[in-house]
Amino acid sequence: MKHRTEEELIGYQFGEVKERMEIAAHLKECAECREELVRIEAVFGALDTMPIPDPGEDYGERVWQRIAPRLGEKKARWWESIFVPQRLVAVGGIVALVILAFVAGRWTKPRVPVVDQADATKVRERVLVVAVGEHLGRTEMVLMELENAPEQKGQKAINISETQRRAEDLVEENRLYRQTALKEGDQAMASVLDELERVLLDIANSPEELTPAAFETIRKRIEEQGLLFKVRVVKQGLDERKANPDARPAENKTRGMERKKV
Amino acid sequence: MSLWGESRAESADLTGRGLTCLIVGMREGVGMAEEVAVSDAVAVERTLAGDRDAYRVLVERHSRTVYRMAYRMMGNTHDAEEVVQESFLRAYQKLKQFAGNANFGTWVYRIAANYAIDRLRQRNVDEARREGPSKPGEDSLEVDPLSQVRDMSPSPERLAGSAQLADRMRAALAELSPAERTAIVMRHWDGCGIEEIAAVLKSNSNATKNTVFRAVQKLRRALTPFLEGKEARAMGTEG
Repeated sequence: MKHRTEEELIGYQFGEVKERMEIAAHLKECAECREELVRIEAVFGALDTMPIPDPGEDYGERVWQRIAPRLGEKKARWWESIFVPQRLVAVGGIVALVILAFVAGRWTKPRVPVVDQADATKVRERVLVVAVGEHLGRTEMVLMELENAPEQKGQKAINISETQRRAEDLVEENRLYRQTALKEGDQAMASVLDELERVLLDIANSPEELTPAAFETIRKRIEEQGLLFKVRVVKQGLDERKANPDARPAENKTRGMERKKV
Repeated sequence: MSLWGESRAESADLTGRGLTCLIVGMREGVGMAEEVAVSDAVAVERTLAGDRDAYRVLVERHSRTVYRMAYRMMGNTHDAEEVVQESFLRAYQKLKQFAGNANFGTWVYRIAANYAIDRLRQRNVDEARREGPSKPGEDSLEVDPLSQVRDMSPSPERLAGSAQLADRMRAALAELSPAERTAIVMRHWDGCGIEEIAAVLKSNSNATKNTVFRAVQKLRRALTPFLEGKEARAMGTEG
């Protein structure tokens, strides 16, 4: 008899499993799964006994006392006071002054040297290049760990909790860099980061202990998409840009690789 | 990949429509919940019309429910109270975004859950920066005063066992990631649906189901040895 998995039994306990009737029928037949369900229920039962300090009957009132001074006056009505007739003249004067200052500013404002703006952009680009390079380095390590994990025969579960924690940290960073790359119009970089993000998310959201088959699926995905290769090439490109900031990013370098891989 | 079916809850939007967990959490009858919602809607309208005291009704009515969730998330009273206050402040500031036909209780609950998860993430970052890897459950946890309060009926052994179990649970919860902790608090204690939890975690339903599963798995691993040992001891003393 094939036993139900822990995930199915937890889902059953939460009332969220698709095959509810089938599992109920199986539980009638299988003492081992029934015992497993009892053990799961015991954990939930224990959680229900977790004490919460009673904040007291007057808690709501105390919260109100603390926040009331911070609420301030109703913000929505600030503009109403402006339309009091006595103030209209003063407000009109201020508005006229602001318009005057704006027009005068447009005429007299010295032109900002273009060189300064270009420098600022360059500095920003350089910082980004270094940051993305470091991020790719960390991602490469995670991918390498998964790809080179030693196979142990007869092993029932592979614990990836450490790698998973690092993948979790990298997901947010990756999202930020991908969005920046998109904004900057670096499609090739955005595409590689997008692929990375999907794999990182999968790793972060997998159970801590994977079956060898599930582990192999992740490994194959990394291999088939040539992710390590792409990361290395993009990283190399960034290193070159770091060394020679005036060079343009190697457009389509990764796109070319994609075609080669496919 | 996931084996779980669709959640019973409708997907929730920013106004709080479709959120069901708080109503479940309040353990109120449908009629009573509706009455509260209508009365909340009136209080919201009055607050928006400039009657600040109307907001007091909302704060006093929903503080305790938000506090319960915040305590389970944060693990200590100080942080829980801070979450409650900040959530009601934020809700007041965003009150215009809140549609009057929704349930204010579930809306402020969502704001509190979002704020609590941000605080947990920040706390983890601060702790990691300050002292490197720590061992939760040994020195970082506040001792819950209630776990030390004497009950009238149980024996000293049982009392010690309960206090120990409470400590174990707090330690096990502290070991969860912010997302896992949010998921288990919302799913188990407050009966929220997967879509509702996913909205707070800013994730999709499959990933959220995995997060709930992972949280239960970790809690199981931490608590089962203790629960089984306790049972064995109880059987030994009976026999």
